[in-house]
Amino acid sequence: MKYLDEYRQRASIEQLAAEITRITSKPWRIMEVCGGQTHAIVKFGLQQFLPDDIELIHGPGCPVCVTSLEMIDRAIAIASRPDVILCSFGDMLRVPGTERDLLSVKAAGGDIRTLYSPLHALTVAEQNPDRQIVLFAIGFETTAPAHALTVRLARERGLENFSLLVSHFLVPPAIETICASGASRVQGFLAAGHVCTITGYKHYQPLADHYRVPIVVTGFEPLDILEGILMCVRQLEQGCHRIENQYSRAVAPDGNHTARAMLEEVFTISDQQWRGVGQIANSGLELSAAYADFDAQKRFSLPASAHQDTSGCISGAIMQGLQKPADCPHFGDRCRPEHPLGAPMVSSEGACAAYFRYCARSTANEH
Amino acid sequence: MCLGVPGRIETILDTTPLERSARVSFGGIRREINLCYVPEAEVGDYVIVHVGFAISRVREEQARQIFQELERLAELEHSRGKSE
Ligand code: SF4
Repeated sequence: MKYLDEYRQRASIEQLAAEITRITSKPWRIMEVCGGQTHAIVKFGLQQFLPDDIELIHGPGCPVCVTSLEMIDRAIAIASRPDVILCSFGDMLRVPGTERDLLSVKAAGGDIRTLYSPLHALTVAEQNPDRQIVLFAIGFETTAPAHALTVRLARERGLENFSLLVSHFLVPPAIETICASGASRVQGFLAAGHVCTITGYKHYQPLADHYRVPIVVTGFEPLDILEGILMCVRQLEQGCHRIENQYSRAVAPDGNHTARAMLEEVFTISDQQWRGVGQIANSGLELSAAYADFDAQKRFSLPASAHQDTSGCISGAIMQGLQKPADCPHFGDRCRPEHPLGAPMVSSEGACAAYFRYCARSTANEH
Repeated sequence: MCLGVPGRIETILDTTPLERSARVSFGGIRREINLCYVPEAEVGDYVIVHVGFAISRVREEQARQIFQELERLAELEHSRGKSE
C-alpha cells in the first residue's frame, strides 16, 4: 500500500521525533500495550529517535506470553492423547509448560498441526471423522472473532469431533490492573490498534477519567507509533487525559459491529489467569452456554493443575512494565530463543525475544 | 501471531454471508481471506487481515492523517523560522 511504504521514510520519522523533543519539558513514561508495537519499537530502534525524557514501557499485549502455565499444561495433556489432533498457532509450540512444551509432545509422536487460519481446523475435522480435533484458541479481542466464527460454523456443519481449548484475554481489565497497582510507573498509554478495530475505544473513557491517563489508540508502523507518542506527550504536557485515535484509518469509535455481535453470541466474559501476573477479574472470554458442547475442557477430563512456575522467569514484572528484559538474570544466558525459559522469549511479539533479536544484532553491528 | 497486515481485495470467491471470502494480495502474495466481518468491503478495497480474517476496511481518507500532521509540522517549522 502506497501510504505504508511512505510511512517508513526516515525524514518523516525524524520530523515527528523533532516535534516530540520540542514539546517535551519533563520526563514521561508511556506504555505501548501491544506486543506488535513493542516489536516495531525495538526492530526500528524508535527509542533512539526520542528525547531521553521519554521512556517507553512495554505492556502485556502478547497472547502467547500471557496464556497461563495451567492452560499450556492442559494443551499438552490433550495433545498427548492418541485420539486427538491439536491445531494451534505455531508460536504456542515452544512455550514452556511445567515439565515440557508442545513441541516435545509432537516430537514424541503427538499429532499437532500449526495453522494460518483457525478455519482450517474445520477442514481437518471434516477430513478426520474418527479423531477429536481440538483448536487451541488463544488471543485478545483481535483474534476472538476468528474463533467465534469458527465454532459457529462447526455447529452449523454438525461437527461433533471438534472443540476449542479457549484462552482468551481482554485488554481493558489489564490496563486497569496496571493503573490500579501502586507500583505503576505508567503515565500514558498507546492502546492496541488492532484490538480496537474490533472493540472500538469508547469503553476506555472511564479508565482515562478515573486514573487521569491519556490513552491514544495507535497503529503499528513506525510513523504510527511516533505520532501516537506525540499525541500522548501533547496531552501529558497540557495535563489532559482524553481518548484519542491515531489509527483512524482502521479503527472506528464503536469498532466492528458485525464482529462484536458474533462475540456476544459465542462468548461470555469470565475471570482469567494471566501468566506471571495472576488472576484478573472479568479479563477473559469463555464459550457461552449455547456453545458449551464445544468446550474442550468439558469434553476431556483434565488433571487439575496447581503447578507453580519455578523457572525464575520474571515475565509478570515485564508484562506490567515494572522491569525490562535486561533486568532478568536469565536473559540471553539460560534463556534464549532456541531454549526459552519463559514465554516472552518465544513469540516475536514477546519483549524478551524482540530485545534478544534486535538489540543483540545492533550491538554486533557496532563491532 | 497478533499481527494485522493490510492487503488488497482482488476477487470475491464466496458470497454466503458467514463464509464470504476473497483472494487478497499482500504485495503480490495472495491468500484466501474470510470477509464475514467486513460486509462493506469490495474488490479494490484495502483490508486489515489477522489470522485469515479481514477485521477492518482501511479508510483511504483517514489514511492521509499522518501526512497532514507532517505537513502541519512543516508549516509550523516554517513560520517559526520566519518569526525568529
Ligand atoms: S529473559 Fe526469559 S526467563 Fe527472563 S523474563 Fe524473559 S522470558 Fe522470562
